[in-house]
Amino acid sequence: MPSLEIRDLFVALSATPDKPIVKGLTLTIRTGEVHAIMGPNGTGKSTLSKAIAGHPDYVITSGDVLLDGKSILAMEPDQRARAGIFLAFQYPSEIPGVTIANFVRAAVQARLAEGEDLDATAYYKRLYSKMDLLKIDRKFTSRAVNEGFSGGEKKRCEILQMAMLEPTFALMDETDSGLDIDALRIVAEGVEAMRGDKFGVMLITHYQRLLDYIVPDFVHVMYDGRIVKSGDKSLALELEAKGYDWIKQELATA
Amino acid sequence: MSAPALSSSALPGLDSVLFAAHLSERASLPAWWLEAKKAAWNQFLALPQPSRTDENWRFSNLKDLNLDGFTLPEDASQKIASSATFPQTAELVFSNRQLVTRSTLPADLAAKGVIFAPLDEALRDHGDLVKQYFQKHPASLGSEKFVALNTALTASGAFLYVPAGVEVALPFVIQHTLTGANVATFPHTLVVLGPRAKATVVEFFVSGGTATERQLAAGVNDLHAAEGAQLTYVGAQHWSRETLSFQVNSIAVERDARVLALNLHLGGRQSRHESHSRLLGPGAHSEMLALTVASGAREFDQRTLQTHIAPNTTSNLLYKNALLDTAKTIFSGLIIVEPDAQKTDAYQKNRNLMLSDEAEAHSLPGLEIRANDVRCSHGSTSARIDSEQEFYLQARGINPTEARRLLVSAFFEEVLNKLDDEVLHSALTALIASQFKR
Repeated sequence: MPSLEIRDLFVALSATPDKPIVKGLTLTIRTGEVHAIMGPNGTGKSTLSKAIAGHPDYVITSGDVLLDGKSILAMEPDQRARAGIFLAFQYPSEIPGVTIANFVRAAVQARLAEGEDLDATAYYKRLYSKMDLLKIDRKFTSRAVNEGFSGGEKKRCEILQMAMLEPTFALMDETDSGLDIDALRIVAEGVEAMRGDKFGVMLITHYQRLLDYIVPDFVHVMYDGRIVKSGDKSLALELEAKGYDWIKQELATA
Repeated sequence: MSAPALSSSALPGLDSVLFAAHLSERASLPAWWLEAKKAAWNQFLALPQPSRTDENWRFSNLKDLNLDGFTLPEDASQKIASSATFPQTAELVFSNRQLVTRSTLPADLAAKGVIFAPLDEALRDHGDLVKQYFQKHPASLGSEKFVALNTALTASGAFLYVPAGVEVALPFVIQHTLTGANVATFPHTLVVLGPRAKATVVEFFVSGGTATERQLAAGVNDLHAAEGAQLTYVGAQHWSRETLSFQVNSIAVERDARVLALNLHLGGRQSRHESHSRLLGPGAHSEMLALTVASGAREFDQRTLQTHIAPNTTSNLLYKNALLDTAKTIFSGLIIVEPDAQKTDAYQKNRNLMLSDEAEAHSLPGLEIRANDVRCSHGSTSARIDSEQEFYLQARGINPTEARRLLVSAFFEEVLNKLDDEVLHSALTALIASQFKR
């Protein structure tokens, strides 16, 4: 069974490699599983997801990330993506001048063998069906990537890309932030539609409310760069009711 | 007397023997033309090489402008299809000095008086018309010596004449293909649109063969739009990576006419491009556009002049350079507003997208205003590629080369969007994309 294994990982900003943000995090995600990672701001959740995707601003100072048992750390970001890792950005970039249709097409084309051409008719058919599912107007295909999009539109566009690229593992970085309840439901439905034994998710969120729609198999609490508590979905409810302070106190007395 | 040093005269070169032979092959052409060629040859010999003290050549690499060792190519008369991937009205394809492919002009256009012919043929059949417009408004931006050489030695010229009121939807295509080592070509394109005529011309400059051979190209365009005419001109330069290229555009826009000139610069080792627009009558508009993919160790040297002579004229210049590797670009632009040209609205902008820390972009925008009621602005910007955008594309599995291609094409979109012709737009996008193939 495919797995994404994070082993005793330390991550820092490339500019300040001696100041780790993620400090010895260990977690294994298998396909078929949804892992929610919760925790207060500034605890290293986004850093973790960006480092796994290969963002150049971050450096992994020790530990390893293995995809199906093989380290991905020597791979470039595009190679990691093609290997099956998808980062749904918290703040997706705007790319004026590149349309959604051309952008997604380039990403799909990148996964084809050298010399193999994309079947344009089949591509558009698939793109439109995913857009319908995510209730994205077809006019969006000719709009520039994320340019002038609302928060909800940007997040739906991230899920659209995920649906088109069918990754093995998705790292979803606060996909729920900035969404109203309707957009949240649509986004959650998009993720739920992909759920199955060929797809694993690391879902980063502050809030329990997303987990009402995407019910996690595991919930982890991240604090000060590492996972300090793990449980099932009831842990999320407990966090919702009690906040994070009791975790901090537990750690202080431990 | 010391023994003569081994000089360029020992090599085949662009010398007087060669010029005399070129001229004698054209003895049947009109006398005025032969005289003009002789005068041009003497001018070429008399004019000095560009020097460091010449403001027109500031920042340019002067040491490699040497024309020693170049000669005229043998005729390469194999039939070549043009690079045009879009529907066209007619095409003229030159291979070295020879016209190798010529499509028939549609009968209805011929009946309306449209002429689309190689320059030598036009000189024979429509000599007076050619004489009236050939170099009527020469550009003077520094390459006069090379323009003179073009007039003296041109053999692969094209003449397009569209009479008053005739509108032609599909482009006229001209292609110059140069094959061989140490060979030179001198393309000259003369376009004349009569009052209210409308036409599009697309001109390709490509190297055949291995594309690593040393070549010289010195081309000239004269574009004329009479009252109310609408001309779209696209020049796509894709010479070999060892080509030294000069290209000089002269654009004359009469009352209420509109000329859009878009030059695409992709190839060559060192490529000098000069473009001079003259706004000659009220209501005239000139759109001056250029897109450059500066890669490898190439140098692209662009000099422009927008001269507003008549009142109520407008011009808009937008030159965009994408710089990679150790490439170098120079943009030097000037807007001149003559005293009578009140209510001029002129704009000039050079934008550089830096994709490499080792690339070098020089920008020298300028204004010279002699009227008091005008709107003129100019500017230049250089921006590094956005690393977040680059990461975003790569995080979708798009490799770095393709990611850069997408970002460059996004940067160029603003210019390409000014073309009305969608098919032409996508053909040029594809041509630009070919620069990014691994």
